[in-house]
Amino acid sequence: MPFGRRDANGQPPLEIRDDELLVVDDLKKHFAVTRGIIFQKQIAAVKALDGVSFRVREGETLGVVGESGCGKSTMARCIMRLLEPTSGRVVFRGRDITKLSRADMRPIRREMMMIFQDPYASLNSRKRVGFIVAEALEVHRLGTEAEVKRRVQELLEVVGLNPEHYNRFPHEFSGGQRQRIGVARALAVNPKLIVCDEPVSALDVSVQAQILNLLKDLQEDFGLTYVFIAHDLNVVRHISDRVMVMYLGHAVELADRFTLYEAPKHPYTGALLSAVPIPDPTVGRNRKQIVLEGDVPNPINPPSGCWFHPRCPRFREGHCDVEEPPLYPFGDDHVAACHYPLERWPMSEEEMRMLPQSAVG
Amino acid sequence: MALLEVTDLRTYFRTDDGIVKAVDGVSFSIEKGKTLGIVGESGSGKSVTCLTIMGLNSKRTTITSGEALWKGKNLLTMGAREFRDIRGSEIAMIFQDPMTSLNPVHKVGKQLTEAIQLHRDVTKSQARARALELLKAVGIPRPERRIDDYPHQFSGGMRQRVMIAMALVNNPDLLIADEPTTALDVTTQAQILTLMQKLQEEFGSAILVITHDLGVVAEVADEVVVMYAAQVVEKGPVERIFKRPHMPYTWGLLGSLPRLDSVVDRLVQIPGSPPSLLNPPRGCRFHPRCPYVMDVCKADDPALLPVFDDSDHFAACHLDHETKDREAAKLIAGMMAQAS
Repeated sequence: MPFGRRDANGQPPLEIRDDELLVVDDLKKHFAVTRGIIFQKQIAAVKALDGVSFRVREGETLGVVGESGCGKSTMARCIMRLLEPTSGRVVFRGRDITKLSRADMRPIRREMMMIFQDPYASLNSRKRVGFIVAEALEVHRLGTEAEVKRRVQELLEVVGLNPEHYNRFPHEFSGGQRQRIGVARALAVNPKLIVCDEPVSALDVSVQAQILNLLKDLQEDFGLTYVFIAHDLNVVRHISDRVMVMYLGHAVELADRFTLYEAPKHPYTGALLSAVPIPDPTVGRNRKQIVLEGDVPNPINPPSGCWFHPRCPRFREGHCDVEEPPLYPFGDDHVAACHYPLERWPMSEEEMRMLPQSAVG
Repeated sequence: MALLEVTDLRTYFRTDDGIVKAVDGVSFSIEKGKTLGIVGESGSGKSVTCLTIMGLNSKRTTITSGEALWKGKNLLTMGAREFRDIRGSEIAMIFQDPMTSLNPVHKVGKQLTEAIQLHRDVTKSQARARALELLKAVGIPRPERRIDDYPHQFSGGMRQRVMIAMALVNNPDLLIADEPTTALDVTTQAQILTLMQKLQEEFGSAILVITHDLGVVAEVADEVVVMYAAQVVEKGPVERIFKRPHMPYTWGLLGSLPRLDSVVDRLVQIPGSPPSLLNPPRGCRFHPRCPYVMDVCKADDPALLPVFDDSDHFAACHLDHETKDREAAKLIAGMMAQAS
């Protein structure tokens, strides 16, 4: 990279490989907390997203897991430019879209779509299903009326609904069927990237399996790329190629799905994994569980150093509460933000507390 | 004698569209100090079963029949006054959403002492001492400072702890927990489940836990009841239900679950969606979605019968025993193979 080169927004250019569809670099979103009625003064900021970077390759699924309030939905909305990021960059197909105007953004919106969590709230209850699915086609002026109708019926069939039902209202469908409508709507304009924000968490297990299988089939058929956000670690592992774990607006660990679940490095990932109930009475009751104490801290006033340190069994005073850990590399494509990463897995809480001699000092 | 013995419980709701049979012939029992898990999808009638036992359905729109024997007395025919002495003292309930089940305009201390003073002849300061003791037992740090806080000052996990403290004030013999961890994050869920098990050991209460999460049931329950479309389709000891289930719906539930201990390319999916309870299908209610459906399934409702080899495992299915045993073994072996 030549020294001093800057892109249009005055930032050094990112190196982007050809197969990387989406590159997110140091993305931040701070919501202002204000006081006063006429003269609104900012008194604090909720750091919902505080410097998240990752890359998504074409055709893969990146899973994002974390508990409520970790910033995963904020991140999805920033990528889609439904929220304006405070700083950082979102580069889609080699182009920085963070500062694009509404008009410049419009053709790009055709290539990135979103599936929302709640199929009851995300479909307009006063519009017919045909209209809901066709709306994006009409906004982008794709095809004549007859072509649009044909396309809508085709889409309904693709997602496993009866094409005859395009004249019905959302309330005539069950939860799973509604989520299929949401999927059809996202597919309508042939997007490259679909950001799924908790697409199955409102559904029952048997219906959840239907939607997960459908999303996998569509990815194969249309070569889609997913950013799949969920709080359920089982679901994320099932659907993702790589998984990112978030905690309080930070990415704490990123690895391929086998490595993350079998050799996690960050104690928070370990705690999350051990907290997931296993539907097998013998395995579930005999494993080593790590129960984290306390709650997620307030993102207005986050802890110093590593943001996880007040709940961490590996906490070392004078280090973790002073120095914020960067994302250390651990082999291929595996990074974790911890000064004292786990040596092995599984581990009990006591084992976690004990650090090897080499690490202390 | 079982602590609670429910026999042929039926709860029908009168609605503008007709009669909804929300619970249709449910039987189970809970022994002292044990944990019973009821699993099922939304609309399967698991919550209504508990509301009926607690006498919390609207009298005006509900038709109830059957029996729910509490220490030998039928709760369904009990008078309001007598019931009030049992509810909140011998049987207590924890609800799903701790945000909406605490009163937002009263301090938590007041809500806790109310339950104590209602059932016991104690002074205000004694009740307050008891409330403090319980807040401490459920793991609220510095309870003497938090007791005068309002519910909105607590986090979700802390509110659920307050709910549990409230349920435990009178050392109930039975604790009914309706989806106690569904609204919580996994790490908080682990805290609450651990707490409930610790308290059960300490106080010796029986627990009836309702959930849609098979993982939670596998971790906490001794006995499991599987409900589908207002009926019990399978029940038995937790080991049997997870290792040798005898009902295609249970197979579907287990197979449709993505799990941490195994990786599959495709999940088993149960086609279709649960039936309407206004007009349930004839015969076995699962037959329209069942891959093993036979002619007899469409005509006759299968009875809940003991599975051949042990009497405490019951299943409602027309398939012959050998087929069921073979298919269950295949399903579980498949999961195990992927796990290793």
